[in-house]
Amino acid sequence: MASKQITPTRMELTKTKRKLVTARRGHKLLKDKRDELMRQFLDLVKENMALRQKVEAGILSANKNFVIAKAGMDEATLNTALMTPKQEVSLEVGQKNVMSVNIPVFETKTRTADANDIYSYGFAFTSSDLDGAVKSLADILPDMLKLAETEKACQLMAAEIEKTRRRVNALEHVTIPEAQATIKYITMKLDENERSSQIRLMKVKDMMLEEAHHYSERE
Amino acid sequence: MYRIAVLGDYDSIYGFATLGLDTFPVSTREEAAEKLGRLASGKYGVIYVTEKWAAELKHEIGRYQEQITPAIIQIPGIAGNTGAGVAGVKKSVEIAVGSDIVFSQQ
Repeated sequence: MASKQITPTRMELTKTKRKLVTARRGHKLLKDKRDELMRQFLDLVKENMALRQKVEAGILSANKNFVIAKAGMDEATLNTALMTPKQEVSLEVGQKNVMSVNIPVFETKTRTADANDIYSYGFAFTSSDLDGAVKSLADILPDMLKLAETEKACQLMAAEIEKTRRRVNALEHVTIPEAQATIKYITMKLDENERSSQIRLMKVKDMMLEEAHHYSERE
Repeated sequence: MYRIAVLGDYDSIYGFATLGLDTFPVSTREEAAEKLGRLASGKYGVIYVTEKWAAELKHEIGRYQEQITPAIIQIPGIAGNTGAGVAGVKKSVEIAVGSDIVFSQQ
């Protein structure tokens, strides 16, 4: 039985029935949404993991290269070489709607036309290791951006799935059973009222007939 | 028009400057938190944070988790991979599914 006080009237019954229909429909829709989101999420998260492993390995080896490069020349030269970056990356953020979750779409633009135009120094005073290090870092940049996109999408979708799952569960285990219990309670109460008024009428009819014909006296 | 930022200790991130990303070396927690807040509310769409600093700034990063921008992404620093990035991916599976059924075998 529902915890709150319900007045067992026909109006309340119609209202509750309508509520139950809406709840069932909402439940079905949300369940579908959850299933589809989950399917897409699982694909995306696998991609995310693969990208992450790739990027982490890439950054690790790039860092190693930088350490080697740093070892080969003095700090001042290195700092001077990297002081004024030549390239500039800007980002266009679009949005994609996946099952009503807005996920970002990143598009990068480099300032110079050639994306490989990354060496911000003359080659005279720096070691060649530095070129390799910068190149190895530049190679993983596209993957890093892809990682940012998928990882953010995964986070957003995970949050949305959690919310949707809560809603589905609330409808399934609270709202729908509650409405069903209310409907049962009202129907029973109404039936009971009807039976009792029927009996009352029969009794009254008996009494009126008795009054008119005096059956009991004739026996 | 957004830009890309890299936040971390200087040794881990100076290389990214050559690629045209904006690097922000930090050395204290307060400085990092303040900088992250400024970057996130500014023109930065993606902020890469080294795992070491991401662990320090967990609370601040959590605030941006449900916004489309900025995407705050952990990257390993010069000291090596702590596994925090992978753990983050596993965590989002855990949030979505309830338990990590995808990567638990690995």
